[in-house]
Amino acid sequence: MAKLNLLLLAVIVACALGLVTSQHEARKLFSDLDREHSRARELDVEFGRLQLEASTWGLHSRVEKIAVRLGLRAPGPGQTRVVTRAPRR
Amino acid sequence: MSRPAQALVRLPAWRARALLVAALVGFAALSVRALYLQAVNTNFLQEMGDARYSRVLEIPATRGRILDRQGEALAVSTPVKSIWAIPADVVLGREQKRRLAATLGIGLAELEHKLSDPSRDFVYLKRQVAPETAQAIERQGLRGIYEQREFRRYYPAGEVTAHVIGFTGVDDSGQEGVELAYQDVLGGRPGSRRVIKDRLGRVVEDVGSTREAQDGRDLTLSIDSKMQSLAYMALRDAVRQHHAKAGALVVLDVHSGEILALVNVPSFNPNNRARLTGAQVRNRAITDLFEPGSTLKPFTIAAALESGRITPRTLIATAPGSMSLARYTIRDVHPAAMLTVAQVLQKSSNVGAAKIALSMPGELMWDIFRRVGFGTAPELGFPGAAAGKLRDFHAWRPIEQATMAYGHGISLSLVQLARAYTIFARDGELVPLSLVKTGAETSGEKVLSTQTARQVRAMLELAVQPGGTGPRARIMGYRVAGKTGTAHKEENGRYAADKYIASFVGLAPASAPRVVVAVMIDQPAADDYYGGSVAAPVFAQVTQGVLRMLNVPYDAPLEPLEAPHGPDEAREST
Repeated sequence: MAKLNLLLLAVIVACALGLVTSQHEARKLFSDLDREHSRARELDVEFGRLQLEASTWGLHSRVEKIAVRLGLRAPGPGQTRVVTRAPRR
Repeated sequence: MSRPAQALVRLPAWRARALLVAALVGFAALSVRALYLQAVNTNFLQEMGDARYSRVLEIPATRGRILDRQGEALAVSTPVKSIWAIPADVVLGREQKRRLAATLGIGLAELEHKLSDPSRDFVYLKRQVAPETAQAIERQGLRGIYEQREFRRYYPAGEVTAHVIGFTGVDDSGQEGVELAYQDVLGGRPGSRRVIKDRLGRVVEDVGSTREAQDGRDLTLSIDSKMQSLAYMALRDAVRQHHAKAGALVVLDVHSGEILALVNVPSFNPNNRARLTGAQVRNRAITDLFEPGSTLKPFTIAAALESGRITPRTLIATAPGSMSLARYTIRDVHPAAMLTVAQVLQKSSNVGAAKIALSMPGELMWDIFRRVGFGTAPELGFPGAAAGKLRDFHAWRPIEQATMAYGHGISLSLVQLARAYTIFARDGELVPLSLVKTGAETSGEKVLSTQTARQVRAMLELAVQPGGTGPRARIMGYRVAGKTGTAHKEENGRYAADKYIASFVGLAPASAPRVVVAVMIDQPAADDYYGGSVAAPVFAQVTQGVLRMLNVPYDAPLEPLEAPHGPDEAREST
């Protein structure tokens, strides 16, 4: 009887320790997950900022201004040819 | 040792009892206290305990981006910081103050003024600063200075898209334009969650209920920012050159009903709205009504053609270039004795249009006007879209029916007018408009028979040939059809003698129309105010660019255009 009790005691202690460990692991993983979440948010924000920057650099009026400075101009209708694509089968 | 019994002092019995009572009282006190803590005060204590390790975190939601049809960003929210202070807590040396002011980009005097009132416990030092500035201030580690996270919306295209996009208020909700119209789609809902933090401040567990944050959805508009920019520059230059008060321009895709460009002049910079006037913010193309003048004639003629009363070759007696009706006189600028119906449109003859109108019952004209959408606000979801005025035909007097034939006594917005012209571009079908990208062909309501629509289109093509009022609307390589308008402005119920609205509405390429472009210029300078000389060149410039961007094949020989015969041609009186 006493042996069984001792065994059960050992099992329950092991279980308890296991619970504590897994809880700790879970919390660690959770905090990792949380960190990744906030990183994702930050990246999203940065994406927005970069998109904004791209739009600003690629602004039509800006491109046009630079093109004029470089002496570029759009080809007139006389200088362009429209090619038609053969219809797909 | 010998007298142990004597040594035993006999204690009084009350002492033992007193001790017992004291112990009991002690226990009673403890149980009362325990009861108090566990049952009565438990909520408060639980809260205090939670406050040590559990936190409610706000999950911020970002507002959706607004993109153009190519995916180019037109409005983006980015988080910024606002710097605020509790003046009483701020202890700064002179040097520190100077540095803080320099970092914030405000004057030292201004900073001192803001911090001067110790009774206030919240003062914004500067709102919406760049992240780098906020970091620099954080590094200075000043007491009593805090920062707060906010969103700020940026509009990279600035004044070019200002009227379409609108803007948001400080609280990040839409106030004008698409920002307001699509608030439900764009706006996010911040969420919250309760978490447990460890001693290092890391989140280790979610507890209790979590409310997910809902980010606003992105919105892809039908606008093409390149065309928008091209249209804005062309219109702005024309308004400047003709010293006009204002102008508006709309480009429609005939196949899908999408609005490819919609611009207004004067405009404003939505990123810096410090000094805004109502005139700048108004989206004239959608919210302002005007009397269209001659650009309405094609609809009168379409109504008459549809009824079978006339054909394009029917002769109309327009001699002597004027006609009297009731107390009024209707005049032509280019008097002629006889004009065919096609020439009435080509020469923009008021007498001819009035006679055609009077040859049919008012109901026919009214029916066409109503069915192309005059008098009903277009379903754009846009705030303040104007419906225009179209009175019931029962109340029309003959003079009104005659003037309406050439676009006076009826008012509409430029967007309505542009949309109405899609019936000539789509063989009689009226297209529903969209400000959001659909990218698909759409079917419209059939308003005119295919034959009538084509006949009017052919007449509109004549109107831009030499001999018509709008030869400056022509483009090399494409056939163009369109109509000029030069309407007197109505002021205080009377027509002003020297104030005009010049307009041009056209479609191209005429053989298989892809776009409808409508231009309106408000009050061009008195010496040159005709639709054919003010608005038509803008049309040509914009349409040429738009067709190139859409890769539309040429439908006309690539020959240089012959110059119009003279400035006289564009003349018309409505």
